[in-house]
Amino acid sequence: MGPARGFTPDQVARYARHLILPEVGGAGQRKLLSSSVLLLGAGGLGSPAAMYLTAAGVGKVGIVDFDTVDASNLQRQLLHGINDIGRPKVESAARTLRNLNPDVEVVPIREHLNSDTAMEMFAPYDIIVDGTDNFPTRYLANDAAHFLGKPLVHGSIFRFEGRLALFDSSKGTGCYRCLFPEPPPPGSVQSCAEAGVFGVLPGIIGSMMAFETIKYLLDIGRPMIGRYLLFEGEDMTFRELKLRQNKACPLCGENPTVRSLIDYEAWCGVPAMEPSEAAAS
Amino acid sequence: MAQFRIPGPLRRLSNGEITVEVGGSDLGSAIDALDARYPGFKDRLLDERGELRQFVNVYLNDEDVRLGSGLSAKVADGDEISIIPAVAGGARAT
Repeated sequence: MGPARGFTPDQVARYARHLILPEVGGAGQRKLLSSSVLLLGAGGLGSPAAMYLTAAGVGKVGIVDFDTVDASNLQRQLLHGINDIGRPKVESAARTLRNLNPDVEVVPIREHLNSDTAMEMFAPYDIIVDGTDNFPTRYLANDAAHFLGKPLVHGSIFRFEGRLALFDSSKGTGCYRCLFPEPPPPGSVQSCAEAGVFGVLPGIIGSMMAFETIKYLLDIGRPMIGRYLLFEGEDMTFRELKLRQNKACPLCGENPTVRSLIDYEAWCGVPAMEPSEAAAS
Repeated sequence: MAQFRIPGPLRRLSNGEITVEVGGSDLGSAIDALDARYPGFKDRLLDERGELRQFVNVYLNDEDVRLGSGLSAKVADGDEISIIPAVAGGARAT
């Protein structure tokens, strides 16, 4: 069976560079077209991640964000433009993504992501991509993905530094809580709004999040599971650390104490911002 | 001498230095040496009981010390000690 079999002429043209890659080919492209990804946040990380996933032909891309576009977002959030200021981010995100690739079912979700909504929101998707940048939502996403047995692509950014990992914690390969059992106390960590963020940085980390997502979906190469990548932009260096399951992890360790979603805002002592807001800010 | 790698959020404590060389035979004494040179690191890394804080990670080379010997982990010449704080923007007052 030829790699182009089952594709429309438009799709053969659109995905030509994938179809000739042995690691993707027709089978891989068909797999992508039948896959689904949920992105948390249409901000700095979510923008490139969503655009590459959509361009690659992931069949269904959900994108959760309750925030509206602010002028300060445009320095790095490529899903949105000047005419979108003041409008819901998921609206401009959906418009941009649909314009990139009509094959993709883009699902804008303008809802609050919290302990009441997360499980239902995550359930229909194959993999979760966390482009949020606040602790309550990050721990919530980590826990909900674990309980549902879904892989979670993690990215975070600060000034010139970024981090990347793929948690598949239900398989015993570690989670965000294994790295950081508890959130820092309120007020102890500067936000991007306070400390700034180099505009290209989320472009690099968000693109790598899409890269790892597609690799995972197609079982290409060696995933970022059990590995923690640090990008230090000022030095332009990448460093890789080992990420192991912490036997004392309260979520995925030997004697878990977190057995259902909790009140993350109370636990972290800070209000959860909307998914992209902190990455945005 | 081992070398600490100082992450961006904590470089204001190290006068902007990205790496700091210190002596010490184990991680605890290396942290003492770092704090003696640039005060403030000990408070950032250790809690009131002298244990590593739960929201900061320390790697000795590419291994998480929390999963190994902790502060008593042996440090040798040429080892790299990375301080990895949790970063996120979420503490913005709203």
